[in-house]
Amino acid sequence: MASVSISSKEQYNFDVVRKFAIMTLVWGVVGMLAGVYIASELAWPFLNFDSPYISFGRLRPVHTGGVIFGFGGSALFATSYYVVQRTCQTRLISDALANFTFWGWQAVIVLAATSYILGFSQGREYAEMEWPIDILIEVVWLAYMYVFFGTVMRRKQPHIYVANWFYIAFILATALLHTFNNLAMPVNLFSMKSYSLFSGAQDAMTQWWYGHNAVGFFLTAAFLGMMYYFVPKQAGRPIYSYRLSIVHFWALSFLYMWVGTHHLHWTAIPDWSSTLAATFSIMLLLPSWGGMINGIMTLSGAWDKLRTDPIMRFLAVALSFYGMSTFEGPIMSLKDVNALSHYTDWTIGHVHSGALGWVAMITFGSFYHMIPKLWDTKLYSQRLVYWHFWLATIGILLYIVAMWISGIGQGVMWRTFDDFGNLKYSFAETVEMVKPFYAMRAIGGMFFLSGVFIMVYNVWMTIGQAKREAAELDAKLAAKLARAGA
Amino acid sequence: MNFNFKHEWIETNVGLLLVLTMIAISIGGLVEIAPLFLIKSTLENTKDPKTGLETIRPYTALESRGRDIYVREGCYTCHSQMVRPLKDEAVRYGHYSLAAESQYDHPFQWGSKRTGPDLARVGKKYSNEWQVQHLIAPRSMVPESVMPNYPWLLNTPLDTSDLVDRLRAQRAVGVPYSLTEVEYQKNVKRFGEAAAQQLHIPNAQQNLVKQAEEGNFDGDRTNITEIDALVAYLQVLGTMVDFSQYDNDHFVKFR
Repeated sequence: MASVSISSKEQYNFDVVRKFAIMTLVWGVVGMLAGVYIASELAWPFLNFDSPYISFGRLRPVHTGGVIFGFGGSALFATSYYVVQRTCQTRLISDALANFTFWGWQAVIVLAATSYILGFSQGREYAEMEWPIDILIEVVWLAYMYVFFGTVMRRKQPHIYVANWFYIAFILATALLHTFNNLAMPVNLFSMKSYSLFSGAQDAMTQWWYGHNAVGFFLTAAFLGMMYYFVPKQAGRPIYSYRLSIVHFWALSFLYMWVGTHHLHWTAIPDWSSTLAATFSIMLLLPSWGGMINGIMTLSGAWDKLRTDPIMRFLAVALSFYGMSTFEGPIMSLKDVNALSHYTDWTIGHVHSGALGWVAMITFGSFYHMIPKLWDTKLYSQRLVYWHFWLATIGILLYIVAMWISGIGQGVMWRTFDDFGNLKYSFAETVEMVKPFYAMRAIGGMFFLSGVFIMVYNVWMTIGQAKREAAELDAKLAAKLARAGA
Repeated sequence: MNFNFKHEWIETNVGLLLVLTMIAISIGGLVEIAPLFLIKSTLENTKDPKTGLETIRPYTALESRGRDIYVREGCYTCHSQMVRPLKDEAVRYGHYSLAAESQYDHPFQWGSKRTGPDLARVGKKYSNEWQVQHLIAPRSMVPESVMPNYPWLLNTPLDTSDLVDRLRAQRAVGVPYSLTEVEYQKNVKRFGEAAAQQLHIPNAQQNLVKQAEEGNFDGDRTNITEIDALVAYLQVLGTMVDFSQYDNDHFVKFR
């Protein structure tokens, strides 16, 4: 009771940030555990155990939804509420609505995961949630818009800080994408099942416009917002170039929306749209690298901290992976490269160098900075942060290398002809080739996940320590008051 | 232009920032997607050159229920349904996929990953017995396979309680299933009588039972199971267009 009355008088609403921060870790564990499990199912198919509920096809969206919307989404809610309050020097416009976004978003993740296991799916990647869940997301998102934009309007500073521009683009784009991509006709009012409003080629175009921009705005722009706040904070230096951040922001926002069609090269869509998407994908390299350079140059000059500050390592490696995967992406969007890479594990590897290397690493770095501030204490152990860093980095490398070999290898085998003009390999032979690398990928995932477990332990101990410190402080204060009274 | 623009104007005005960002993120989608809804030539002409009837028809009631199961089990997470115009794919899978072939697919199931092979033209390539056995225990047919076993499909009776609602919902999003006599006659002209009968919603239940019994997909006529529906769907994939009926360059002009 006492803590509630104190926190309501706080300058900022950190209560909702703390809740989202904890759930970020919870969904990180759940989503990545599902990921390790389905990776293991591919390596050792007996793990499907002949059960519908844990078969690969149903568990896969539990993994993708759990990490993108559960882990990533909660991390974005947490950091956006933190950053917008600190940079605007004002409290969230509505505690009640912020709290609603918390419970609403958690309900979305739980309902989505449960429904996938029970076999409800729209059958479109990263948009598998059926229509009632989509409506709940829409409502939560409107509340989020009100809280975020409303708080920006209450700012004590004339300028809106650059991190908030990126969060704004993310919030707007997600609203737009989610709304149009999920238009569907339910079977009836009491049925979870629905049929997409669009069909065939139009449905494919809409889905990949959504799918790629879920990457572009949910997993990139928003996490760049995180980068633009936490990198300068942790380095103790201002952003390297203000101009670059302006160019970065507008070019990224404009260009990303054009490139989704590169997921549909050589398919039954008009050639011109495919060519256009490839062209814009190449152009997108410029703002992506502009942003990466802006981040890296902000860190430079504080390079000595890399030796002593494990959090800086997370941020530096995150930016490196951002640079690497935004280079790999445009390469894979070239039609000739795509003819080989598409449908193979190379794509899966590419996604994970972005998702693990960039999204998760920048989140870990930011959280190690933010969590002690939220609970007003010091991190329990720096040593454990080192451990986490190395487990995560080794895990990512194992994962990506395995997928490069199996992906490129299988792509090459599919198109190899023998001297008589027949296909050299049957499909089954190419599956046999990739199996060892599926095992290697699963092991990489286990490394990464064990790092997350270490982080959870570290955060748990940090929070416990904060509570003890607060209790000691209270006791001291009470003793002092008692003495003064006597 | 002497108008001395300062980015500061945008940075200090949240309304302006919101509007300009919205414009920036809207253009790409509008330019690339909107034309697809307006241009007719997205779909190839797949009329039978002899009869003038459409060769590509919506799925029958049983096939449509099979497709629902395909979506439910997440088959698209490992199988594509999109053969690309590349030499090796022509040899391995057959003629490249046409846009017209998925025109009634809500949602599309082109997929993005081939952990298993493409299924766009899997119809009639294997016997019903092979498909059933492979679904129950894939490694008994293909030892290298990493596909899960789907034994429950064989034991679960097919739920047809909301069959009419399912077809009506698809009709509402544009699939030409017929509800009235007028719509039925239209379908007769468009697809021929045999196909039109399959698309008539009032007959859906009896059509479904008839197709399942005649097809006898799982070798057990006593009850209709989910595997009957799924195999019926798999067996029709990619078989509607008979490519030998068309000149070699007929489809090229639509690309």
